[in-house]
Amino acid sequence: MEQFDFVILMLDAMLRVSVPLVLAAMAGLFSERSGIVDIGLEGKMLGAAFAAAAVGALTGSVWLGLLAGILASVALAMLHGYACITHNGNQVVSGVAINIMVAGLTVVLGIALFSRGGQTPQLPAEARFTALTWPGAEAVADVPILGALYSELLSGHNLLVYVAFLAVPATWWVVYRTRFGLRLRAVGESPEAVDTAGISVAGMRYRALILTGILCGVAGAYLSTAQSAFFVREMSAGKGFIALAALIFGKWRPVPVMLACLLFGFLEAASARLQGAFDVDNASGFVREVLTGLPFLIDVLPFILVVLLLAGFVGTAVAPKASGIPYVKER
Amino acid sequence: MAGAAANTGVPRWVAVGLLPVINLLAAFLVSGLVILAIGENPLRALAILLNGAFGYQEGIGFTLYFTTNFIFTGLAVAVAFHCGLFNIGGEGQATLGGLGVGLVLLYLDFLPFVLILPVAIAAAVVFGAAWSYLPGLLQAKRGSHVVITTIMFNFIASALMVYLLSQILIKPGQMSPESREVAQHTWMPFMHDIFPIARSPWNGSFIVALLACAFLWVFVWHTRWGYEIRTVGANASAAVYAGISPSRNIILAMVISGGLAGMLGVNEIMGVNHRLILNFSAGYGFVGIAVSLMGRNHPVGIVLASLLFGALFQGGADLAFEIPKITREMVVFIQGLVILFAGALEYLFWPFLVAVFGREADTALAAAE
Repeated sequence: MEQFDFVILMLDAMLRVSVPLVLAAMAGLFSERSGIVDIGLEGKMLGAAFAAAAVGALTGSVWLGLLAGILASVALAMLHGYACITHNGNQVVSGVAINIMVAGLTVVLGIALFSRGGQTPQLPAEARFTALTWPGAEAVADVPILGALYSELLSGHNLLVYVAFLAVPATWWVVYRTRFGLRLRAVGESPEAVDTAGISVAGMRYRALILTGILCGVAGAYLSTAQSAFFVREMSAGKGFIALAALIFGKWRPVPVMLACLLFGFLEAASARLQGAFDVDNASGFVREVLTGLPFLIDVLPFILVVLLLAGFVGTAVAPKASGIPYVKER
Repeated sequence: MAGAAANTGVPRWVAVGLLPVINLLAAFLVSGLVILAIGENPLRALAILLNGAFGYQEGIGFTLYFTTNFIFTGLAVAVAFHCGLFNIGGEGQATLGGLGVGLVLLYLDFLPFVLILPVAIAAAVVFGAAWSYLPGLLQAKRGSHVVITTIMFNFIASALMVYLLSQILIKPGQMSPESREVAQHTWMPFMHDIFPIARSPWNGSFIVALLACAFLWVFVWHTRWGYEIRTVGANASAAVYAGISPSRNIILAMVISGGLAGMLGVNEIMGVNHRLILNFSAGYGFVGIAVSLMGRNHPVGIVLASLLFGALFQGGADLAFEIPKITREMVVFIQGLVILFAGALEYLFWPFLVAVFGREADTALAAAE
């Protein structure tokens, strides 16, 4: 039973950690499927986290905070689009620029607004997404296995957790079952064909980036108004890049990407759990080295896995054909 | 670029000189607006920044110390650009380079300085190059996109450093993750030890950086290897017809790029910190992209752009001291803006310049006829 509780605990931690990854990875999926490489997921998430916490702190409203986060992220996505779609700028450079700009600007604005070294004040409960308890969760909590599964794993999360995992089937449906999705995939593979069919390549890509912005905005808001109750500098801490790794690891398809996010989330949760979990002092020699090195190894495992995947040792990853290439009509 | 200038009749100096300056001014204009928005005077900020960077000897020393780092990472990005590659792994390569320098200084300190110096520089180059070799190899042989793999390698490098410094190299009996201080005779001499100037972290690595610039200039424009790298960068399939192997040159360019980035470790570990610490790469690898873009991938341009960013760093530190509301992060934001305007939005003002200078050329042509 104790082991079962431990498993539930780990799965619960995995879910919480995976949420921003899932949202950001779905965001990246729209952008990259349309042919726009987006290494600015990190920056958009960070910007949204700041906007959500700042507006939440100033207005005391969780919904205005979420809205501000989404708007900030969409604005950054549009900036990316303006540089890469309208001006055919280098997509990687634009992404790097956005990441660096946001890392600086959020702290500058944070200090100007709150004078707390870039941090926002602790958010009141009204400005946060708090855990929702599903009907009957407490009643069935004592039922063995199923009760724990229902009350711990399904119930008791905040709204954005459910939004994240609903975003996956929604993304799947949009990408594979709608006319928009068909055009989206086409514009990422063969923009000339889309252009020939009389559909605006730029228009499609801008629309994809709006979706990217919205999803990244929710991911950012989750970081500052659901997972924590404040914004702190560099809060996204590489999650945007892990999401990018998951996007590649899942080969740009919604469900595998979500599974990759869960895997990476599990690794993060496991690493946090393992740090200091072993009695290292009693171990000796090689065992000791392995035990102290394990959490670090688990931390970098997502990145190593992606490199192996890209190297073709774990299946193959074929990116959308036109990704990274600006579309110029005369070509 | 030159091609664009030729087609529109815009003089070369406009494309090479004026356009980057206009882009820079645009970035500064936006920064000024943000400073205004947070209730400070942008002109006063600019004055403090300039005075902090160039106004007194110690400030100049700090500026040139930062400049040294930017020269290394800027050159690293540039040599990869010449091969059509985007090395955004400068952070990780610099981290590994620093590790190499640190290991030499920590464990080979029985050597005299004349031997330490070349061995440490070689270690920086080899470690940095090793860290870019794999991404280069994977790009060349398996087609794995170097942008993604170098990002991943940045994270792996930083985790590796955390592990090494918190578990292996940590000075016994201390909590903070850093190594012991290295023996004093292994330090790179400070400039203020050689010349009668104010104390600053400016050290001999600056000369190493200038030598690296000269190396790059000779290598890229005056050797067969450089010619092959540029050919692959310009048109990989044409290079194949000329008997040039793209994959060999991709690996070569990445290895040299990583080696140059690794030399940042000479300045940081051997020159200033004198011990292995975490995060000494501090974003220099990313700003190297801006430096390279601003400098048009040419050593002279890179030195000038490095000086600009060095001044921003040092002046920004003074600014943070004088105006509490404007912190170091303001400089980070300005760097981002420069990357945006000089890089991603490079041609934003181009049509305007074509309209102004292109027409003049046409009228000159008409007058000649």
